Amino acid sequence: MKQPGLTHVLTPKWRTILTRARQERASGGRGKMVTLAVVGVIFWAVVFGVLFRVLRYFRNTEEIGALLAGKLLGILLLSFASILLLSNIITALSSYFLAKDLDLLVSSPVDNLRIYLAKLLETVIASSWMVALMAVPIFAAYGIVYGGGWLFALYAPALFLPSLIMPAVIGVAVTTILVNVFPARRTRDLLSIIALGAAAGVILLFRVIRPEQLARPEGFRNLLDFITVLRTPTSPFLPSEWVARSVMSYLTGPPDWLSVYLVWSSAAAFVVMGAWLHGRLFPTGYTRAQEGAERFVRGGFWAWSLDWLLRPLGAARREFVLKDLRLFFRDTTQWSQLILLAALVFVYLFNIRALPLFRGERVPFFLVSVVSFLNLGMAGFVLAAIAARFVFPAVSLEGRQMWLLRSSPLDLRALLWSKYWVGTLPLLVLALLITVLTNLLLRATPFMMGVGVGTIVLLTLAISAMALSFGTLYPQFETENAAQIPTSFGGLVFMMATIALLAIVIVIESVPMYGYLRAAFEQRPMRVTPALVGAFALAAAVCLAATVLPLRVALRRMEEYEF
Amino acid sequence: MIQIFDLTKKFGTFTAVDRVTLTVPKGSLYGFLGPNGAGKTTTLRMIAGILRPTEGRVLIGGDDVVENALAAKTRLGFIPDRPFVYDKLTGSEFLRFVAGLYGQDGPVVERRVDELLDVFELATWKNELIESYSHGMRQKLIISSALIHRPEVIVVDEPMVGLDPRAARLLKDLFRGFVQRGGTVLMSTHTLEIAEALCDQMAIIQGGRILAAGAMADLRRQHDAGDLGLEDLFLRLTGGTEGMQIKQVLEG
Repeated sequence: MKQPGLTHVLTPKWRTILTRARQERASGGRGKMVTLAVVGVIFWAVVFGVLFRVLRYFRNTEEIGALLAGKLLGILLLSFASILLLSNIITALSSYFLAKDLDLLVSSPVDNLRIYLAKLLETVIASSWMVALMAVPIFAAYGIVYGGGWLFALYAPALFLPSLIMPAVIGVAVTTILVNVFPARRTRDLLSIIALGAAAGVILLFRVIRPEQLARPEGFRNLLDFITVLRTPTSPFLPSEWVARSVMSYLTGPPDWLSVYLVWSSAAAFVVMGAWLHGRLFPTGYTRAQEGAERFVRGGFWAWSLDWLLRPLGAARREFVLKDLRLFFRDTTQWSQLILLAALVFVYLFNIRALPLFRGERVPFFLVSVVSFLNLGMAGFVLAAIAARFVFPAVSLEGRQMWLLRSSPLDLRALLWSKYWVGTLPLLVLALLITVLTNLLLRATPFMMGVGVGTIVLLTLAISAMALSFGTLYPQFETENAAQIPTSFGGLVFMMATIALLAIVIVIESVPMYGYLRAAFEQRPMRVTPALVGAFALAAAVCLAATVLPLRVALRRMEEYEF
Repeated sequence: MIQIFDLTKKFGTFTAVDRVTLTVPKGSLYGFLGPNGAGKTTTLRMIAGILRPTEGRVLIGGDDVVENALAAKTRLGFIPDRPFVYDKLTGSEFLRFVAGLYGQDGPVVERRVDELLDVFELATWKNELIESYSHGMRQKLIISSALIHRPEVIVVDEPMVGLDPRAARLLKDLFRGFVQRGGTVLMSTHTLEIAEALCDQMAIIQGGRILAAGAMADLRRQHDAGDLGLEDLFLRLTGGTEGMQIKQVLEG
């Protein structure tokens, strides 16, 4: 029987993408595309700009410049490979074992090889597009600084492509083996924890080794030792190292064709071995993937305690809050993100602790106060990122069950209220924890502590309301994976709006801050002036407005939802 | 009692429901029939308050679904055609949650939960996550959830899909019992035998418009159908000429 081509097997996927793009354009999504493009170009420009400066500096450094550039590229590509490996393992689970089109594909007379290759292509695209986009400004900076010429624009992607395929093949193989051992849904849970645990570990490790120390000249004791280390590849068997060597040899000459051959032949061999493994293990793995997930629930004591605690809220609100908490803690893909969150908070506090503020004879009061004040902006940004992940998707996640909520006499205000407070209270605890601890670490004055705590409480209320509101304005009802929802256009708009709010509040509060620092500098007590009271009142009013208005808009939008 | 006046729903330029007027009397089981894409689900979702009508009104027990939404919805139990529920809740937690949406809790609800799960043979599954339920079990759970608050009116979209014969029979008995106790049921279905055997009255909708409405005898009389069965009458009204085409497809 004639087998269908790969493009035919993938027809539903690419047709869906085209139709979505067409619908987007038809529904006036041009503004959205322009915003995304502008943000993307800014991001590219920043990455390119930073790397361009670093590489130009390297280029002007005799002897070790090219070695450093090659080493940097090797590190970047190795980081990409690790990210790709993790992301491919998770994506492969969906595309090979949980996707909705699998029943149709498996029941049709399409051979295993075609299913493998079609799904491999789908996995590579789904898990690597972001890394591929990120690589563009990086290779561009190398090409421009080292004068690679226009041929480099073809050479670099041709070399980079196989390094996207290899992690995908490994990822698919690992997932296929895992699914043969555990049921697919259990594997998904396991992978989310492993992936996030690994990511958190890498972040902590990277931070705790304090890379900023490398920038200190006293760190280099022996230049010769340093160069020897630079000349040695991290591992001669790492494809990322082959790509880095090949790129640098192309740019600084003579080209190392062996690396190019190694990269391509390895990728081809990987695909062949992957296909063989798939042929052996996929049928049993796919059967196991149909097995159910966890059936029983635990935690009777917690359920009882919460039920008792929330009793004063009344039946509807209590049941809503309980439902949201149960869904969160029973979904491994949701709660496991807390691991990453804990790592980020630790790194945040570690960074503050590592600030070189108390090295001198005298504690620099001015510096501490400014850092403590600007820390509000950073803490606000961290809270916004967390709100984007946990509060923004709240309404979207109700999408499929909206028939129930809309056909019941549930007041939408109660729904919004529950969603708001379930998201805001933990955020508030975290905000206070970060602010109080950082101010204690900075040994900030009571005034700074007061300003910090007061502002962060108001900002948290506003950020949470905005997250919920933007999530309601830009819902993603079709997405089942909560982690994907914040990466949508609405998530981007929310982050931009939050940054604007943070900037406004900081600018307003800089007026009393200036007065405070000036008074301290002139060694006189600070006076309570109308400007000081007015500035704090205005900041509070802005935060309250940013809390109330978005919630009202969200309520109105929810009332207009149709399903 | 459900009263629908000139109900219209437009999606852009497409009119899904076109000036539908219908009365479902209290204490009756009313069938809502029509081919695929006729506007049945859209009409039912407007009655349940999930979709907003472009024009027209829906009254449930005298309360307007848009103007006095909460009062109207308190009287209503809605059973959708696709059983989307919270996968990470257990069956009993889900029922308790739905009762909460209607402002009900406490021992009365607990008793009701046990009673309904018993009736629908889900009692042994009550503490297991819904993600491990089959399609039919989910459908039974949703039917239970529509009954948890003792509604006056049930609006149900394709209730028999996915149910085993025992559950289908149970549901038929349940609807009849509900109606005999003064309740009102509006049910859309493609299973014409069930509609003919179960419904007191019915309406046939196509292209968003009501083609015929009334008791079986009235429908026959209105369309000079003699003693034609519901299936033949339905095909006559909705233009079912696919017989020849099916023959062609099969003979290839």
